[in-house]
Amino acid sequence: MSSLVIKDLHVAIGDKKIVQGLSLTINGGEVHAIMGPNGTGKSTLSKAIAGHPDYTITSGDVLLDGRSILDREADERARAGLFLAFQYPSEIPGVSIANFLRAAVQARLAEGEEIDATAYYKRLYSKMDLLKIDRKFTSRAVNDGFSGGEKKRCEILQMAMLEPKFALMDETDSGLDIDALRIVADGVNTLRGPNLGVLMITHYQRLLNYIVPDHVHVMWDGRIVKSGDKSLALELEAKGYDWVKKELAATATAAAATAATVA
Amino acid sequence: MSLAFSSAMSLTGSFTADVFAAHLASLPPLPDWWLERKRAAYARFAALPMPTRTDEAWRFSTITSLTLDGFSLPLPSPALPPATIGLPATAELAFVNGFLAAAVPLAAELRARGVIVDTLQHAFHHHEALIREYLLKQTARLGSAKFSALHEAFLTDGAFIYVPRGVELDQPIAVFHHSLTANGAAFPHTLIVAEDLARVTVLEYFGSSDDSQAQLAVGATDLYASHGAQITYVGKQDWSHRALSFHAHANVVRRDARIQSLNLHLGARQARHEALSQLQAPGAFSEMLALTVARENQEFDQRTLQLHQAPNTKSDLLYKNALLDEARTIFSGLIVVDQDAQKTDAYQSNRNLMLSEAAEASSLPGLEIQANDVRCTHGATSSRIDPEQEFYLQSRGIAKSAADELLTFGFFEEVLSRLTNEDLHDALRTLIQTKFKK
Repeated sequence: MSSLVIKDLHVAIGDKKIVQGLSLTINGGEVHAIMGPNGTGKSTLSKAIAGHPDYTITSGDVLLDGRSILDREADERARAGLFLAFQYPSEIPGVSIANFLRAAVQARLAEGEEIDATAYYKRLYSKMDLLKIDRKFTSRAVNDGFSGGEKKRCEILQMAMLEPKFALMDETDSGLDIDALRIVADGVNTLRGPNLGVLMITHYQRLLNYIVPDHVHVMWDGRIVKSGDKSLALELEAKGYDWVKKELAATATAAAATAATVA
Repeated sequence: MSLAFSSAMSLTGSFTADVFAAHLASLPPLPDWWLERKRAAYARFAALPMPTRTDEAWRFSTITSLTLDGFSLPLPSPALPPATIGLPATAELAFVNGFLAAAVPLAAELRARGVIVDTLQHAFHHHEALIREYLLKQTARLGSAKFSALHEAFLTDGAFIYVPRGVELDQPIAVFHHSLTANGAAFPHTLIVAEDLARVTVLEYFGSSDDSQAQLAVGATDLYASHGAQITYVGKQDWSHRALSFHAHANVVRRDARIQSLNLHLGARQARHEALSQLQAPGAFSEMLALTVARENQEFDQRTLQLHQAPNTKSDLLYKNALLDEARTIFSGLIVVDQDAQKTDAYQSNRNLMLSEAAEASSLPGLEIQANDVRCTHGATSSRIDPEQEFYLQSRGIAKSAADELLTFGFFEEVLSRLTNEDLHDALRTLIQTKFKK
C-alpha cells in the first residue's frame, strides 16, 4: 500500500513562517480532510508538497512510499504519483486540454518512447465518459475563459487521466455553486478507491457532505491541533472555529499551570 | 586612392561588374526589356551604399555582419532534398540553387481553364505581357533598395502562378527553393497573380540541407489580388543557420479582395524581412501574419508597411516572436493612411515571448494618418513565461523545458488559428513542433 508521510514540516514564504511543524500520514485508499480558518497555512501546505518554487521547506520531510520527495522538482513529484488540484487553476491559452493531457501522459513514458495516439484517445474518452464530460470539452484551451465549475471539472479530468497515488485538493470547493460542487464531489467519489489517497483542504464543512472523509484534521497556526473522524467536521460546523481556539487556549493554560506546579 | 578603392569594393562585395557580366552571358535568350531592367538594377545596386548604423530604416539591426563578400553564384545541383508541405498540392515547382530541379505539373483540366504554374524563364517567352506587367513592380520602401536591386540584377528563375478570373483552386500550389552550396548566393522569386474572383493558396518553402553552410539569399515574393480575389499564402523560411537572408514581400490588394499571408521565420543567422501591404481600393483586406522562433545567435529583422490608399480598406498585422538563447528580433511597423482613405481599419500588433534572459526584442510600432475618420490600433509587448502557468504544467508531470515549449505553442496558436484552412493549420502546427524539438 502507498503512503504519504508528512513529518514535522516547516514551510516559509520568504521570511514568513507559515507551516510550523505539521505531521500527517495518509495511506492509499484513505480520504483525509484538513479544515481550518483562512490564513492558517492550508494552501501553503499543498503547494509546498507539490513543489512550488516560492515555498521554502525549512525543516521536516515529506515521504512518498518511504522516499523523500523534497529534493525533486515539481514535475518529478507529479510523475512519482502526486497530484495537486488547484484552488485557482492557471489558464493556458492556445493549448487544448487534449494536447495538454497528451504532453502530461507523454512525460510519463520512457525517453524516446512515443505515445500511442489511438490508445491515448481511447483512454481519454473512457475517462470522460466515466466523469460524464462532453467530448467537445477537450478541444477547448485549458481553463481559458472557463467558469469556476468548468475549471474544477478540468482538474478532475486531469486527475482521472494521470491516476496519481495521492491527490492534494486545495480548496476545491471554493467559489463553486452547489451544482458545480456536486460535479466535483461525484468525480472524486468515482475515482476514490484503494489506489488513491486524498488530502482535501477546505474551509467549509459543506464539501464533506458530498465527499465523506475517513479522517478530519483541524489546522491552526500552521499545525494540526485536533484530529478525529467525520463527526469532527460536524462538530466544527456546529461550534465554529472559535471552539477550537478556546479549547487550545484552555489547553495552553492548563499546560502552563502544570508547568507552574512542577516548578 | 586606396580608401576609395576599398569602399568601391565593399559596395558590391562578391557581385562585381565582371560577375554580373558573366551572369548575363550565362543566361538563355531573354526579352530585351528584361535585360535592360537587369542592367539598370545592377547599376542601382552598385551605386547604392550599404546600410549604416545611422540609417533609420536599419535601426537596431546589426550592420557589421551585413556583408556581400565571400559569395558566389552556384551551379545547378543534381541533388533534390526531400521537402514536404505536409499537404497534398495541386502543382509543385522545386528550385535548387535557383534552377528548376523538379515539377509536378498542373492537371490538364486546370491548364485548360487558364491557370498557370510556370517558371519565370519559360514565362518570359510564353506569358511575356503578364510578366512584364507584374514582375518586380514593387519599389523597395523599407530600407532594402540596394538588396532589391541585387535581386533583380541576378534573378535567374522563379515561380509564376496565375489564376484567371473566377477560377478557384481547392488544393494549394507549392514552391520550394533549396540552397545547397556553401557560400552560394540564391535569388528566389515567386510571383502570384489572382484575377477577379479567383481563389488560390500558395505555400513557399526556403531551405538549406546543411545548417553549417554560409549562404546568401536575396529573395522576393509578390502577391496581386484583383477584384474579389482571395490569396492565402504561407512562407516558411528555414535557411542554413549561417545564412544571411534578405526578403521582400508584397501584398497588393484591389477592390473587395483579400490576401492572408503568414510567414514562418525559422532559419538563417541574420534574416531581414520587409513586408508591404498595399490596399488600393475599397473593400481590400490584407492580413499579415508572422511567427518567428529565434534561437542561438539568430537575428530576425522585420520591417512592415501597411499602406491604405483607398477608403474602407482593412489591414490586420499580427507578428509573434519566441526568443530563446541569445537571439534578437527587431520589429518595425508602420501604418500609413492616405488623406482620402477614410473608414480605414488598421491593426498592428507585435508580441514577443522571451524564453531567455539573454534574448533581446526591439519593437518600433508607428502610425502616419492623414485621414480623420479611421480606426487604427498598434501595440507591442514583450513578456516572459508566467511562472504560475509553468508550475501548473510541471505539477502535471511535464518537465520545465517541455512546459515552456507547450506554452510557446499556445502563444503561437493565436496566429495559426487565423488560418481558416484546418488542414493547413494542422500541418503548420506539426511543422513548428518539429522545429522546436531540433
